[in-house]
Amino acid sequence: MGEAFLLNFVLYLPLVGIVLLMAAPPGQEGFVRRITLWVMALQFALTVILYVQFDATVPGLQFETRLPWIPAWGVYYQIGLDGYNVLLVLLTAFLGPLVVAGAFTAITKDVKLFYAMVFLIQFAMMGTFVAQDLFLFYLFWETMLIPMFLLIGIWGGERRIYATIKFVLYTAFGSILMLAAVIYLVWSLQQTTGITSFAFADLYKAELPLNAQIVLLSAFGLSFAIKVPMVPLHTWLPDAHVEAPTAGSVILAGVLLKMGTYGFMKLGFPLFPDATHWFAPAIMVLAVISIVYGACLALVQNDIKKIIAYSSISHLGYVMLGLISLDLIGIQGAVIQMVSHGLTAAGLFLMVGMIYERCHTRELAAYGGLAKLLPVYSVFFMILTLASIGLPTTSGFTGEFLVLLGAFTASWQQYRQGAVLPLATAVIAVSGVVLGALYMLRFAQTFLFGVEKAPHQPLVDLDRREKAILIAIVAAVFLLGLFPDGPMKKTELAAKQYQQLVSTPRLPGSPR
Amino acid sequence: MSHLLTLIVVLPLAGFALNGLLGNRLGKGFVNAVGCGLPILAFFATLKAWAELEGTGAPIVDIAYAWARIGDRSFEVAFYFDRLAAVMALIVTGVGSVIHIYSTGYMKDDASYARFFAYLNLFLFFMLSLVLGRSLLVLFVGWEGVGLASYLLIGFWFEDPVNARAGKKAFVTNRIGDAGFLLGMFLLWWAFGTLDMDRINLAYANGASPAVSASLVGILLFVGATGKSAQIPLHVWLPDAMAGPTPVSALIHAATMVTAGVYLVARMSGIYAHAPEASMVVAVIGAATAFFAATIAITQTDIKKVLAYSTVSQLGFMFLALGVGAYGVAIFHVMTHAFFKACLFLGAGSVIHALSGEQDIRKMGGLARRIPVTFVTFAVATAAIAGIPPLAGFWSKDEILWNAFASSRGGSPVLWAVAAATALMTAFYMSRLLWLTFFGKSRLDPEVEHHVHESPLSMTGVLVVLAALSAVGGFIAVPHFLEALLPLPATPEALHHYETPLVVTSVVIALLGVAAAAFFFAEGGARAGRVRESLAGVHRVLYNKYFIDELYERLLGRPLTWVSDRVFLRIGDRMLIDGALDGLARLAHRAAGGLSRIQTGHLNLYMFFVLLGIVGTLAWSFRHG
Amino acid sequence: MDKLHLLLALSVGLFAIGLLGVIIRRNLLVMLMCMELMLNGVNVSLVAFAQQTGTAIGAVLVFLIFVVAAAEIAIAIPIVLLLVRAKRTLDMDAFTDLKG
Repeated sequence: MGEAFLLNFVLYLPLVGIVLLMAAPPGQEGFVRRITLWVMALQFALTVILYVQFDATVPGLQFETRLPWIPAWGVYYQIGLDGYNVLLVLLTAFLGPLVVAGAFTAITKDVKLFYAMVFLIQFAMMGTFVAQDLFLFYLFWETMLIPMFLLIGIWGGERRIYATIKFVLYTAFGSILMLAAVIYLVWSLQQTTGITSFAFADLYKAELPLNAQIVLLSAFGLSFAIKVPMVPLHTWLPDAHVEAPTAGSVILAGVLLKMGTYGFMKLGFPLFPDATHWFAPAIMVLAVISIVYGACLALVQNDIKKIIAYSSISHLGYVMLGLISLDLIGIQGAVIQMVSHGLTAAGLFLMVGMIYERCHTRELAAYGGLAKLLPVYSVFFMILTLASIGLPTTSGFTGEFLVLLGAFTASWQQYRQGAVLPLATAVIAVSGVVLGALYMLRFAQTFLFGVEKAPHQPLVDLDRREKAILIAIVAAVFLLGLFPDGPMKKTELAAKQYQQLVSTPRLPGSPR
Repeated sequence: MSHLLTLIVVLPLAGFALNGLLGNRLGKGFVNAVGCGLPILAFFATLKAWAELEGTGAPIVDIAYAWARIGDRSFEVAFYFDRLAAVMALIVTGVGSVIHIYSTGYMKDDASYARFFAYLNLFLFFMLSLVLGRSLLVLFVGWEGVGLASYLLIGFWFEDPVNARAGKKAFVTNRIGDAGFLLGMFLLWWAFGTLDMDRINLAYANGASPAVSASLVGILLFVGATGKSAQIPLHVWLPDAMAGPTPVSALIHAATMVTAGVYLVARMSGIYAHAPEASMVVAVIGAATAFFAATIAITQTDIKKVLAYSTVSQLGFMFLALGVGAYGVAIFHVMTHAFFKACLFLGAGSVIHALSGEQDIRKMGGLARRIPVTFVTFAVATAAIAGIPPLAGFWSKDEILWNAFASSRGGSPVLWAVAAATALMTAFYMSRLLWLTFFGKSRLDPEVEHHVHESPLSMTGVLVVLAALSAVGGFIAVPHFLEALLPLPATPEALHHYETPLVVTSVVIALLGVAAAAFFFAEGGARAGRVRESLAGVHRVLYNKYFIDELYERLLGRPLTWVSDRVFLRIGDRMLIDGALDGLARLAHRAAGGLSRIQTGHLNLYMFFVLLGIVGTLAWSFRHG
Repeated sequence: MDKLHLLLALSVGLFAIGLLGVIIRRNLLVMLMCMELMLNGVNVSLVAFAQQTGTAIGAVLVFLIFVVAAAEIAIAIPIVLLLVRAKRTLDMDAFTDLKG
């Protein structure tokens, strides 16, 4: 009970934070910022305890709470940690204080409301990850939308209205589909087994006919694919990133995008394994298209936020490729890649925010030779760029290497049995590393090297707060690059369960 | 189990960390002590490891830790030390250390002194992981890492966009090779479930029918090697890489990093021994690269560019040796090449240093008396690369030529002929370089003329050491030393009577090349000028490196940007996807606009609709009632 | 034709006249009266059916409708008054502010 309480406490801590903010007297912005930072830091510290205590050798849920909520519909309030979400919860909690600290000087308008929204979205993201009941999951999933909408809409850039509407329409469209699918899924579970339940564990047992699975996976999949985002459902992302304030971009890139891939891993694929098998070639192709297309587009952008946004599309393509490869190494790589992208993209967006505060432009051509003007900044920037490229010893390498290794070996196996398409996708994905180097180095080279140029000189290099933020991220990047074994132990059982759920036919006699 | 190997690798990393974090604060003495001291320590540690190796005879394995364990598979960070690794590690730490010492003189006045040494140490760290890594994974970490160090050092003077661009070109070109490398590595993983190179070699040696075609893997790994070792078609980055400081060119782009591809092929010789097709590809590409790079080198006028193309050409020689199965010979040439090419580059650095940055050999001449130490060492190294006996280059090159001719694993007279022609050109262009730089009348700018000075002891001392090694290095019988590990290919008995004539031929060729250069470039190169004019078209093609850069730009660079911008961004994203969405939005807007017309505001009309509704409902109910 | 049919015919007639009135007349007060006609047309039919089936439900409903109609008029008349005060006319064509 004590342990389960800890997880609940971590989950609801941001709401406590909101209450504290409301109690704060008006005009006390410094106080508001400090309170927020402390609450977030406390949340992170407690999450670390959860992470350390999480027993990698025990399958299934830990720190579980299960209380009846709407018993007539089989809805339970059920949350818990498992191998699927443990790293993502840790990532969310880790980025929380950094987001808050990163916004200290950037946000001066409606500070209280801003931090309240950050708390709210933190709560919703945590909830989405730890929810183990579809009803609860959907509730948290939808809750995420509102604070994000406000973050972009109130504190965003010039075209923020366009960007928010696009973001909300895209995601709401996906959500509606998912809602319909949720209802249909629970209804058909009841029809086939007589159990009325929203619990993931029960839903995994549903034996649906293939065409029902296909319809359901399409609905769930569209909703998740929009969040990932996979080409061609990605155009909301660059706009949202460009217009969002730094904190919004960091949350979006760091955690929110992982909702899509997490959804696929926890729900989409394991719930409908036969349909997944049916869709697998299409998903592989789309994943590879995302990798190449995102990289190509990143190559020709002139807005530094857009470059990172498109690179996110490319990086999450690797995650999808790893998940669909159904190879244990590939799956583990995908999980690491999720966390790694969360770290590097968040770090890069924070760094863009820092330079934007100094120079007030995101135009790539306006910069040059920052290595001379801002040497400390440049070191961090270079490290994050290289991590994003996937250079060995950084987290990006761990993720990309394992994903590609898994995807390739799985596809080679299939190739030996006569299937060419998976092999083709894997080979193209491997070539994607060249494109990655191309666009990130173009970015870094224009940005850091060459003739010194920047608006609003003289520039002041990073202060202690900014250094602390970046050191934290860079340390995590190297930790995951050099010693990925510990984190991967925690996710291994879940990865195995996922692999087993998706690769065993749910319907007797389905092809494999 | 001792962690000696880990220590060897980590020492330079410590240097990187110390210099990078504290170097600027603690001053030059500290930077020198750390920057040079730790590589020298690593060198002695390598010697100790070598002594241990010779003592026990068994390869030393040092498992640092398990990087990742997934399911029943595991990726370990482990180091492996046999005679091949010993040779390479000694070259890397030995030549590396002296180049560090040289740099203390060469970079003395640079503002980013600490940063330079930090990068050099970082390079050594990755290079040592490359040569000592037991598994392909560790090798790959080093492989990518040296690429990074090379990128940072090429762009060391990043204020000039040209340098930064050269760095990027090197990195991206290498990445193309890396993609092939990765694929080869994945195939091996699929087949054997391990990336440990000793195990893979063993599996190929023992396995009756290996699970995956050796030739396919061999070619894929060789793609990686072409990137790192600047072989056709990925050779374009190396000449541009000369934008970096000269010690970097010597260490990374001549002596060590670019030979990583050679090391890889030699290390995986278990595969190539079973892959005749892949070996043939390696031999042909090597010979072709050697030949074409030499033709280009003849026309270049930048002292470092000549040396760069010469490096490409010499690397081609090494691959030729690998392709015909003479792995030990290739490593032998790696070693001698490291000696004389490092000496040449550092000598060039000394020249550039003396001439306050001038690199154009048309503006040199007559320097022999002015900077005598540099001259003598440079001349020794030139003779060595030209293949004048008994200097180092002669021995290794002669063995390559012999194996190219006689090896039972793909040797042929054609390969020998190409290699011999290349050797002739090598002797020629190197002597041309020597003549134009040191002999004849001075063509220096008067400005520069005043400041010509011999380099400090830290630089000349290193030159002398390297020149001495270039002179006697050929007597270190590396192929024999490695024989147990990398057996030399058999040579048919029938060809043995060719051996002596071939040695004589190669000596003649070397002397001929030197004589030709002396002939053409005597008296200020008037004769050479006439030849150049009569062959203006050829000269233009060679001078512009066969226009390969331009070709790549047209074929790959521009189309990629064009497709990304015009097709993907404008048509894909903006027109199709956003266009479709905007279209949907507009459709909804229009439809709503149409419907809103019937909303006239007249209550009577609404009631009329009610009437219609009632009538309609009644009609429907009668029909179905 | 029996009594029920006669009553139903009367009810339909009343309803039709009322509906027609609402559709074609422009005067607000007349339109209100026509609506009352429609309601009473329905009332007649309810009473007729109640008698036919011998239950009291129809009659109860009629009383309910009386109450609703009274309440409706009690609200409608003030609204009409306010409208007239705003535009100084009873003509419906003047009140098309909700045009889409």
